Amino acid sequence: MADGSIGLWTVPLAVLGGAIRVSTPFLFVSLGECITERSGRINLGLEGTLVMGAMSAYGISYLTGSPWLGVLAAGITGALLGALHAGICSLPRVNDVAVGIALMLFGTGLAFYLGKPLIEPTAPRLPAIDFGWWSDIPQVRAALRINVLFLIGVALAPILYWAFRTTRWGLLIRTAGESADAARAMGHSVLLIRLRATMVGGFLAGIGGSFLSLFYPGSWNEGLSSGQGITAVALVIFARWDPLLCLWASLAFGGAAALGPALQSVGVTSGYHLFNAAPYILTLAIMIITCSPKRTLTGAPAELSITR
Amino acid sequence: MTAEAADSTDAVGTVAPAADPGFLQRHGGTIEYVLIPGAALVGALAVFGIFVAMFGKNPLDLYFYMYYGAFGTWFSWQNTLTRAAPLILTALCTALPAQLGMVIIGGEGALLIGALSATSAALALQGLPPFVVQVAMVCAGVIGGGLWIMLSGGLRQYRGVNETISSLLLVYIALAILNHLVEGLMRDPASLNKPSTREIGAANMIGSIPGTDVHWGLVFGLIAAIAAYILIYHTVFGFAARVAGGNIRAAKIVGLGVSKLILTVCFLAGGAAGLAGMVEVAAVQGRTNANLAAGYGFTGILVAFLARQNPLAIIPVAILLGGISASGGLLQRRLGLPDASVLVLQGIIFVFVLASDALYGRIGFLKGKS
Repeated sequence: MADGSIGLWTVPLAVLGGAIRVSTPFLFVSLGECITERSGRINLGLEGTLVMGAMSAYGISYLTGSPWLGVLAAGITGALLGALHAGICSLPRVNDVAVGIALMLFGTGLAFYLGKPLIEPTAPRLPAIDFGWWSDIPQVRAALRINVLFLIGVALAPILYWAFRTTRWGLLIRTAGESADAARAMGHSVLLIRLRATMVGGFLAGIGGSFLSLFYPGSWNEGLSSGQGITAVALVIFARWDPLLCLWASLAFGGAAALGPALQSVGVTSGYHLFNAAPYILTLAIMIITCSPKRTLTGAPAELSITR
Repeated sequence: MTAEAADSTDAVGTVAPAADPGFLQRHGGTIEYVLIPGAALVGALAVFGIFVAMFGKNPLDLYFYMYYGAFGTWFSWQNTLTRAAPLILTALCTALPAQLGMVIIGGEGALLIGALSATSAALALQGLPPFVVQVAMVCAGVIGGGLWIMLSGGLRQYRGVNETISSLLLVYIALAILNHLVEGLMRDPASLNKPSTREIGAANMIGSIPGTDVHWGLVFGLIAAIAAYILIYHTVFGFAARVAGGNIRAAKIVGLGVSKLILTVCFLAGGAAGLAGMVEVAAVQGRTNANLAAGYGFTGILVAFLARQNPLAIIPVAILLGGISASGGLLQRRLGLPDASVLVLQGIIFVFVLASDALYGRIGFLKGKS
């Protein structure tokens, strides 16, 4: 199985390639969730948003022939699901965690329903930029075939970091997340801020989904996302609501998720399923290490129900 | 999440008195608990009807086939009850920790681990009298599932890890362990297309309730739900759990052992879901394979929320949702709807039920959250 010339180097290379390729959905979902959570609300439904995004992107790309329209459709679908989440949460006495669970089930179910006719046809996929042209080794070239969405995501992380610190919108979102009363005292509607933050979060998560169906793995089926959305939500918690840390964490997760397929490609097939579960085990392990029952997490928005 | 749980336990006391004193005042809370989820269900069915109408199907046909496939004939009743059995048990996995203000959504994982443990017990004890094997399977299933959810509870109590996320992550980890064992160590070499463990043996299956095709798992579910109800509402332990769920600081001040409460309740919750896994193995599948991840754990979350985390209310709600999933086959055959339509309907119901939380104590008008 292994390529003779580079042998076991295939594994770290595939992990590196995976870190770039597999991390993109993690990155988009976690950045989106970061915005939502900074405004003081948690959206666990992004798992459903991811799957809906993947389905709608594939469908629109198939119907129109333009994968970029698919990406846009995925974003809009995600924003609509976000609006639904925020709309229900703004009713009195409704719990945002529970609504997230409901939308997780709803989004997945709806995507499977609408996506039934899309399993067979092939839709145009997103193009990749070949950054590995300088190398003769096919594995290196494969690892460095990078999608534009990844670059957008990477650029988005510092932009968000900057926006949270310095822009008016960033400040408003943080105020709503730290103290709803303060935001109200300033004359802003907390519900409106959170609605927008959840919609933007859903938009980004939808785009993350479009990457799944239009680039990697690059097809639509019902097993496309198994927990990437929820892993990304957990990732935000130990990235301490910091967009830059979200980027590093996503890369680490992409690498972990690529470990199983990478080992399989060199012939290590035993434990394939366990290696596939690596991102979940890693998430749990990091949460165990970094959380503490005695203090609230540093950087946690004070209004966030999940950390109280 | 604590606010939600506090609502469900305290609302009986704090609900606004109805206009008509007397009957309504005494029973207004109970009426609300039936009326509001009922209205949410009707609303969800209406929206689902509009949804299928957009795909050119007649909603009236839909409702008829749903009723017919769920409760129309003795055959469909049996199908419904067979599906309700694991739903009652997985719903308890969410409802019991909810008394403590915890949102556990990992019933599916505990079900898989319970199934795996029960199968292992049965395979290890081949040759012993069936009754011994069955008792061992029940114990193994309950302990396996119980420890699995107790892990989430322990992580929450000792490490401050959010139990909603950890229990969901554990579902994926449980599925990976199951696939790993079923395709490796525990694989029956004869199972080629669908990797499975060896069969537990026909003699060790728990069989059907006499006169029906409904397996004994339904009785397990009923007993578990009633026991859970008694535990929560009629024992000191349950009272302590509800106090801790309402106000954790008050519970600590009066000297309740919160850690012990959390671990015990999580163990019982996971044990119920693990029992569901055992039932699915010992009454339906006869072996462990990936078929067990049929989503009972996730539907159980919806059952628990629709029943407002009340163990007794879980029984009729589980039968209702068992009926919805039982009618899925008929909807596919007669109306040509995709099999995921049941999931869509469940999702819509869930959304409506949660949105209806806003109505308690204030039927008639909605106010913006201050």
